[in-house]
Amino acid sequence: MAVETLTLGKALNNGLRRALERDPKVLLMGEDIGKLGGVFRITDGLQKDFGDERVIDTPLAESGIVGTAVGLAIRGYRPVCEIQFDGFVYPAFDQIVSQVAKMHYRSRGKVRLPIVIRIPFGGGIGAVEHHSESPEAYFAHTAGLKVVACSNPSDAYTMIQQAIASDDPIVFFEPKRRYWEKGEVDTEAPLSAAHPLHAARVLRPGRDATVLAYGPMVRTALDAATAVADDGRDLEVIDLRTLSPLDLEPVYDSVRRTGRCVIVHEAPSSGGLGAEVAARITEKCFSRLEAPVLRVAGFNTPYPAARMEEEYLPDLDRVLDAVDRTYGW
Amino acid sequence: MAKGDRTKAGGGGTAPPEPEFVQLLTPDGERVAHPDYTVDFTDEEYRGLYRDLVIVRKLDAEATALQRQGELGIWASLLGQEAAQVGSGRALREQDMAFPTYREHGVLYCRGIDPIMPLGLFRGVNQGGWDPNAFKFNMYTIVIGAQTLHATGYAMGITKDGRVGGGDGEAVIAYFGDGASSQGDVNEAFVWASVFNAPIVFFCQNNQYAISEPIERQTRVPLYQRAAGFGFPGLRVDGNDVLASYAVTRAALDAARQGQGPSLIEAYTYRMGAHTTSDDPTRYRIASELDAWQAKDPIKRVRAFLDKQQLADEAFFAEVDAQAQREATHLRERVLSMPNPHPEQLFDNVYPHGSPLLDAERAEFADYLASFEGSAN
Ligand SMILES: Cc1ncc(C[n+]2csc(CCOP(=O)(O)OP(=O)(O)O)c2C)c(N)n1
Repeated sequence: MAVETLTLGKALNNGLRRALERDPKVLLMGEDIGKLGGVFRITDGLQKDFGDERVIDTPLAESGIVGTAVGLAIRGYRPVCEIQFDGFVYPAFDQIVSQVAKMHYRSRGKVRLPIVIRIPFGGGIGAVEHHSESPEAYFAHTAGLKVVACSNPSDAYTMIQQAIASDDPIVFFEPKRRYWEKGEVDTEAPLSAAHPLHAARVLRPGRDATVLAYGPMVRTALDAATAVADDGRDLEVIDLRTLSPLDLEPVYDSVRRTGRCVIVHEAPSSGGLGAEVAARITEKCFSRLEAPVLRVAGFNTPYPAARMEEEYLPDLDRVLDAVDRTYGW
Repeated sequence: MAKGDRTKAGGGGTAPPEPEFVQLLTPDGERVAHPDYTVDFTDEEYRGLYRDLVIVRKLDAEATALQRQGELGIWASLLGQEAAQVGSGRALREQDMAFPTYREHGVLYCRGIDPIMPLGLFRGVNQGGWDPNAFKFNMYTIVIGAQTLHATGYAMGITKDGRVGGGDGEAVIAYFGDGASSQGDVNEAFVWASVFNAPIVFFCQNNQYAISEPIERQTRVPLYQRAAGFGFPGLRVDGNDVLASYAVTRAALDAARQGQGPSLIEAYTYRMGAHTTSDDPTRYRIASELDAWQAKDPIKRVRAFLDKQQLADEAFFAEVDAQAQREATHLRERVLSMPNPHPEQLFDNVYPHGSPLLDAERAEFADYLASFEGSAN
């Protein structure tokens, strides 16, 4: 075992490196990912080591990045596209939703598109507009795409490799404000032994209420659980990890035990992942619920200017407030 | 006619020589003639251009300093691009409309707009918040290239309103960068402007880089030549020459307002600073490149010209510097005293007439905030 302490960003970098080493068909493409190593340095050093034929600085055109990835995939490559920020994926939306998502279906299974679209997402970094959004629901709503979100360095390292090895097109969300957080990563464990990509994971067992999160909000949920542990309240925290397909069996198991569930995400509540998850929990666990499933989410406004984001973003207090409210029924 | 810059902006070493560009003032401050373009400024107007250049550079440096001190979240500096912005900005007539990117602080200044206006965006207290029609200057657009379509639509509206033709017709200028030229939106804007003969000038500041990517990543032909394929004229101007930038923009806008349709101007210039304060250009470009462009500085050449022509003396230059300093200090003071938004402003202006959902969220949020009042934390 070779356990290293890495930031989430560096773990992704190492994971991409392993994928490039493993399969010569893997290509990285995106804006400023070569010499600069990406604006978050996730691809730092990779162009130097693998060359500019495999780590490609693309023209400034997101529809082009994803559209050409489709052609490259048809030609047998495994493109990994970097979208520089969440708010800049929309020029590629047509390619992702109308082309990437549907090609396997339309070709009656003859075309596989092993494309990964990496998107740093979420807020909390004090950025200007279009740099802090959480667009995951658009993609989770689209059949034919798979959608995952990593929350910690260890998962980042394995999940990016699993996503690249997958035959499905995958939108891969990276919690940008957690890029600098450190954690232990076993860089030698075989990928086959890793927790499956499309599986949720209980990160903290607990008896009293279930808190669901993914991406950047997992840390918030864990902090909330720690904060109330001393008061004798025992929260179970589950990292959803996969947003499409959802893996809810561990969630149902948990909610059947706790009877209370709060789901946390930065994206606005309306039409968000929380709504989907709450509906399914209600369908499966209705008789065991002590309270409605509550959502702690971004408000139904555009992502605000940076000096209001602290209020906009779910935080520990709002999570605990919701947990409290599940006791009010 | 002067030659364009032949030094490569970065990347490989096989680029063909750069084509000629329109230049009226050499880097040494020599006034040169061009067969198609000239300017006819009074002495006072020449001095005015110098004043603009110095002030916009100074305000820009102040904003960079404010960012370094944590007073702005980020800043996109115009350093090096002052001539392209002041030249084109002063070429606008009062009735003309501008659609900027996030870097056109110099154009904004030349429109007579208070430079404090865009700083709320960079400080993170708002997202622009001004009325484009009131200032004839659209809000800054961060999503690369999107504003070129907005500008085209606005120009189509001018035509529909019968405001094209004659000297008092209206025209539009759309700013964008060399990187933006790759976006679908920009290419669609070219198509639309062409098909509808819209009164618009596409003004591309080719500052050689899109963050880290040199121009070769976006194009194999000089950008201005792309216009031909869309069916309208394109030309390259020395974007570090304020006189030439003014002359070509004025001519293109006047042609547009008289009904001659769109055109593309490629202002050949250089981003002397980082892409933004978040960027580290040492990772992708060499210092000698910067030195070469420093010799072509847009302000130095105007000062040399004023000197040589004896249009200004030391007292004038000192007075301009003093004014620039005063404006910068004033700007700083107002940035520091910019109030933070009240949290409940989150819910304002999502829709013109509100929505029940937002009303409910706002009320719940107010209750939630009130629940903390009186508690220790
Ligand atoms: C659609 C979109 N993709 C990516 C970005 C991130 N980004 C911001 S500025 C920039 C480079 C822009 O280069 P250019 O158009 O040459 O303008 P410059 O910044 O050099 O003035 C990029 C890639 C963005 N803002 N919008």
